[in-house]
Amino acid sequence: MTQPVSSSLTHVLHELGHYLPAQSPLKDFVHHNTLHAYQHLPFHEGIQIASENFGYKVYWRLEKYRELYHAGKINDEILDRIITEHKGAEKLKHWKQLLIHQAPQEFPEPKVGKLRKLWRENYNLNLDKEVHNTLFRIVSSYLDQGIAIWKFPSESKGLLSAVRILEKNSFSTFIKSDRSRELLFSTKTRLEDLLFLLVGNEERYSQYLFDQQFAHPGWSGMVAGLENHPERLLDKKKVSLHDLIFLECLLEIDALDRRRGTKWTALAKHIPSEMPGIFEASQPSEILQIHSLWQEAFEWTYYDQVIKGLQLSHAKKAEKDRPSFQAMFCIDDRCCSIRRYIERFSPDCQTYGTAGFFNIPFYFQPEHGKFMTKVCPAPVDPIHVIKESGAKIRHEKDAHFSKHSKGVFGAWFISQTMGFWSAIKIAKNIFRPGPTPAMVSSFNHMDPKGKLSIECIHPDQRHHGLQVGFTVEEMANSLEGLLKSIGLVNNFAPLVYVMGHGASSVNNTHYAGYDCGACSGRAGSVNARAIAHIGNHKAVRTILKTRGIEIPDETQFIGGLHDTTRDEMEFYDLDILVKKNRLLHANNVQTFEIALDFNAKERSRRFNTINSKDDAKKIHDKVKLRAMSLFEPRPEWNHATNALCVVGKRENNRHLFLDKRAFLNSYDHRIDPEGKYLFNILKAVAPVCGGINLEYYFSKVDNQQLGAGSKLPHNVMGLIGVANGMDGDLRTGLPLQMVNIHDPLRILITVEHYPEVILNAIQSHAATYEWFINEWVRMVCIHPDSKNAFYFKGGQFFLYQPVTKQIEKVTNLDVILETTSENLPVYLLA
Amino acid sequence: MENQYIISAFVLIPLIGFLISLLLSGNNERPLSRVALFTVSLQLIGVSGYIVYWIIQGMHPINIRELDIYNNGEYQFLLDFYFDSITAVYLFVGAFVTFLITRYSRFYLHLEEGYKRFFNTMLFFFLAYNLTVLSGNFETLFLGWEMLGISSFLLIAFYRNRYIPVRNAVKVFSIYRIGDIGIILAMWASHHFWHENIAFIKFNNSELVSAQMAQHGGVGLMIAIGLLIAAAAKSAQLPFSSWLPRAMEGPTPSSAIFYGSLSVHFGVFLLLRTFPFWEHQLSARILIGTVGLLTTLVSYSIARVQSTIKTQIAYASIAQIGLMFVEVALGWETLALVHFAGNAFLRTYQLLVSPSVVAYMIRDQFYHFKPKEISLEDTFPKRLEFSLYVLSLKEWNLDNFINHWVFSPIKKIGRKLDFLTPRNLLLYFFPIYALGLFLYFNQEYIYPPIRDFLPGFFAFLGMMLVFKAFSERIYPRLAWMLIIANHFWIALAVSFNETFDIHQTWIYLSGVIVFGIIGYLALENLFKKEKQYFDLNQYYGHVYEHPKLSLIFLIAALGLMGFPISPTFIGVDLIFSHIHEDQFLLAFFDSVSFIIGGIALIRIYARLFLGPHVKNFHEKALKSS
Repeated sequence: MTQPVSSSLTHVLHELGHYLPAQSPLKDFVHHNTLHAYQHLPFHEGIQIASENFGYKVYWRLEKYRELYHAGKINDEILDRIITEHKGAEKLKHWKQLLIHQAPQEFPEPKVGKLRKLWRENYNLNLDKEVHNTLFRIVSSYLDQGIAIWKFPSESKGLLSAVRILEKNSFSTFIKSDRSRELLFSTKTRLEDLLFLLVGNEERYSQYLFDQQFAHPGWSGMVAGLENHPERLLDKKKVSLHDLIFLECLLEIDALDRRRGTKWTALAKHIPSEMPGIFEASQPSEILQIHSLWQEAFEWTYYDQVIKGLQLSHAKKAEKDRPSFQAMFCIDDRCCSIRRYIERFSPDCQTYGTAGFFNIPFYFQPEHGKFMTKVCPAPVDPIHVIKESGAKIRHEKDAHFSKHSKGVFGAWFISQTMGFWSAIKIAKNIFRPGPTPAMVSSFNHMDPKGKLSIECIHPDQRHHGLQVGFTVEEMANSLEGLLKSIGLVNNFAPLVYVMGHGASSVNNTHYAGYDCGACSGRAGSVNARAIAHIGNHKAVRTILKTRGIEIPDETQFIGGLHDTTRDEMEFYDLDILVKKNRLLHANNVQTFEIALDFNAKERSRRFNTINSKDDAKKIHDKVKLRAMSLFEPRPEWNHATNALCVVGKRENNRHLFLDKRAFLNSYDHRIDPEGKYLFNILKAVAPVCGGINLEYYFSKVDNQQLGAGSKLPHNVMGLIGVANGMDGDLRTGLPLQMVNIHDPLRILITVEHYPEVILNAIQSHAATYEWFINEWVRMVCIHPDSKNAFYFKGGQFFLYQPVTKQIEKVTNLDVILETTSENLPVYLLA
Repeated sequence: MENQYIISAFVLIPLIGFLISLLLSGNNERPLSRVALFTVSLQLIGVSGYIVYWIIQGMHPINIRELDIYNNGEYQFLLDFYFDSITAVYLFVGAFVTFLITRYSRFYLHLEEGYKRFFNTMLFFFLAYNLTVLSGNFETLFLGWEMLGISSFLLIAFYRNRYIPVRNAVKVFSIYRIGDIGIILAMWASHHFWHENIAFIKFNNSELVSAQMAQHGGVGLMIAIGLLIAAAAKSAQLPFSSWLPRAMEGPTPSSAIFYGSLSVHFGVFLLLRTFPFWEHQLSARILIGTVGLLTTLVSYSIARVQSTIKTQIAYASIAQIGLMFVEVALGWETLALVHFAGNAFLRTYQLLVSPSVVAYMIRDQFYHFKPKEISLEDTFPKRLEFSLYVLSLKEWNLDNFINHWVFSPIKKIGRKLDFLTPRNLLLYFFPIYALGLFLYFNQEYIYPPIRDFLPGFFAFLGMMLVFKAFSERIYPRLAWMLIIANHFWIALAVSFNETFDIHQTWIYLSGVIVFGIIGYLALENLFKKEKQYFDLNQYYGHVYEHPKLSLIFLIAALGLMGFPISPTFIGVDLIFSHIHEDQFLLAFFDSVSFIIGGIALIRIYARLFLGPHVKNFHEKALKSS
């Protein structure tokens, strides 16, 4: 039905889609760089332009940096070094004076929204107020995934055609004026025609649309995202940014006609010719430069200790004895501390970190499920599916969510009966939290007793065009890739654990963001179980042997899942274990239990409801309750402490206390002299860890515009997003409760390899290289032989001399953890 | 006697808790939440124990003449408490729900900016709730009623650095206050109906009621209608329904307690409380039942199309409250009470778990998805189906209704007085007022038939000034002075009406003068500090940089609007008692300017002090969020 738009407008629509927030519906929440549209520019330049274009705050508050400086958390020497480097030694004094004493000033007025103000100035009409409510309500009802009981009645052939059908056949209408109704019903109307009426000057169309759409970036971004990825909705809806804009323009014309009759004309004649367009270049303002220098100094103060710490590694030269067991974890920063405790309570074990889908991308089809769910990094398009069978149904009903409680007579009955039951339920949850049907538990992702179709039996057997299961060759390739990239190619222990991770929470709209990012916001249990099965596969081992990886017969793989909120673990397919390994496993489980208790205890220092000095086991019980408490907006802190990604041998960072701030990816440069696996690691690490890190960064520095604000007043819209109250725009980014304790630092990625190999690896893929060259993530190379550090800048590596002279060695870490709640510096573990 | 102590304690406990919470520092969460929890727990234990005792004693209604606040022989302002089964149910449900929510919020609000503000407001609300529920006469009820309105405003605008919460808070406050016209007129009419400030307990004397009814049947109906308006506004019944979903702007637990359970059921409370009074007026019962029934039908259809969880719960709850109106009209008091308690608990829980709806429904859909379910409406003819759908999506235009019929006309009238500025206001005001005073002291000069019109005329002038204050866009100080001027006109108008002790006029005006000056100085001070950001055309958010000034101004505004911190509160009632039974217009002008004046004051406060801060180095949310 919709008319094609001219190529220039197509371009504008495309641009708009690029700049709008790219957030998926809640169920598929995946972290990404909030300002991805500026990633082609160097970090500071990009975000400063974003600030001037759209009025975002892109740095922390000035007082905050100064506070850190005076508290010694921004190093003075590093600050001098940074200013000298950027402004020259002769201007050091001048800029330092500004940094420390300049009074807070207003930022330059954003360029977006200037055109829109003209409506109010010239016609005394607040178009946003006239149009937004109706527009949001129509779009929200149209896209609704299941809240409304009476669904949008006309079929979803597209937003615009649905509205047309509705308007044509209804006595009550949204669009009232004759002219706008004609425009709506005429199949000849093009978007240009509407813009001609509203703007009148073709050169300003683009600016007008940016102004219009950035008055409600949440809904526009959602529509733009769904246009390109309709599969993100279970109940499919056809929608496009063009339709949304078309509808909004019509509603605007209608509002103007109703309010002003014939007494209005297009904006063109009111636009001062000197009014800048949105993307017109301007000088970076001094106040933003002051912020950027502070930011650099803040970051390098932390990086400096980390680099010093990594240089102090004293990995034993000789290969050790056979380890007691080996355990693979996700690269996730939350696994940083649990690995430290496992190693502490079982010193002769080895732990590894790698992306938590364990190098097998596929879709998972749970039994009874009507849909498939992707369990690998979001950009990957799997060609395999693993189906589950023999599982029991794993979800309960709760009448409180039923539509009967919203009716007349049903609700009349329910409120007088179940209403009293509700009172008891609230009281129970407040005093003794327990599992409810409303909660999300990572252990429900897969039924451990169910069967998985991991092996491909008939290659022609297809499920929605995907191959069911993996062939032996494919399985061998996956496992080989996994083992070689983490450097586990010999000296296998009797037991090799593969631990996925997931999270539990209740009353949490952003639950998907708490699960494994490498599994597209799902728990990693199926992947872990599948790769363990592959590792135990005889034929696969035979193939691997020919490729130089010999897995001894007595070695067995065990898949498992670590719930990071409750700190519980679950292990799969234990019946295949031989007797000897069964005993060893029973022994290891005890180690894990203790490690989990201590991990919970360490996490509790950030939880205000728990006394961290209590006994670890007792604290652990409280942490478990917390995950099921309706009143707890922070079931866990998720990635809130992330700041670092270390790629290298665990032996070379095992001596450091990194306070859950590090993504740890195991990698042995000796196995990979050409950097082939390194490339694969960095290709994933930069966008995944970088994306997580920058989403936290921007949600922290501008929680109102780039984050979702406080989650306490959030209202769920159509199951796809949250807004404040009834009439608001969708809120994108992270809620305040996820970032309270976050320090906005860009992530530092350190790699243990030779500089030229690293350079080669990152340069071989333009999209990956962009992250590094434009400094959206920072890169430091630790030379494997000399331990010299080199930082990456402008396409080259430069030698870095840390300011930090020594790293404090801690013997009483437990006491420090019990008595502090802030981010801790790097320590040497005793 | 022990009854008196215990029942008074149910007001004193929240009052003391509230006062202590005001004194605590906002930097430390624990003492604050402890005080709140302790207060509410104590109340819950006390209330439960007392109810058991009262049931054992035989459930006799108890009336307590607590405190004579003002008495001049013919007029008495009495704080009066009343305890019967309605009080018992409301008191218990209120204490229980507040107890749960307080404990819930202790953790839920951790690290939230405004932790202290939240608990202060909650305790203030709790005080207002108990006072209203225990009230034994209209005066006491109105005291609590006004406090409910303010606590509601403060909780909706809890996120005061965003535009929509502040706008909606003003909106809800306005509708509450419009409803208050009903209660003021009902109070006024009941002065004349009973010739005293009647205690609710006397309604139970059906002979007395029917004897009065025989004499003043018309006034009786008017009182009933006034009560219905007040009840409908508080309980979001037609035509006021659209405020309830818009009130869901505060933290979820506060929405749950206010708009899910307690506050929204006050309309039902008012009807239950006054039921013996209008029981024998068939027309009133039919009217109330009809309003309830229509609301149920309309809000049911709106609830069905809502695509957001909180608004769906809100409209579903309105539909149930409509049924409660029907139940009360039918005289089924016990059923209505059970229904109230059940609905309050149910909606509280539904709102509290509302964020879980995503995970729950998505999972449900994942396992049970059916592409398109046939709903009831699909069986209707297309045109009817679509029309009903669109109408429901537009909330039956209810949100525009009040605006269109009440606020827009007021603004239009107000704009006619745009020639007034802060400079020339006194030029106009003094001579005319002086003339009025001159006439007052020299009444022999006035041609008698004109004399009868003068009170109404002066009150009308005062009302016009209030309308102008309400629509003022440029000068905050002008709007402020206009409200003060209005009070003077009203005092003059009523003085013309009847000869009474000048002392009473002073009670009325003393609050106006004191708070008027304080507020003016606060505005003057703000003007000096923020010259370029000082008008009523947008929200400026000055509360961040001038929190103290903001608080002083808020208190001054409350005092000036006759909130029970100012003698004007009693003065208003006192002045009304001098308006005769047949002077409906005068009563109307007075009550309208009282109501709209309050709205205008809150509007000044909101525009200057609340909303996103105008300076952009503060975090600033988009207007649409």
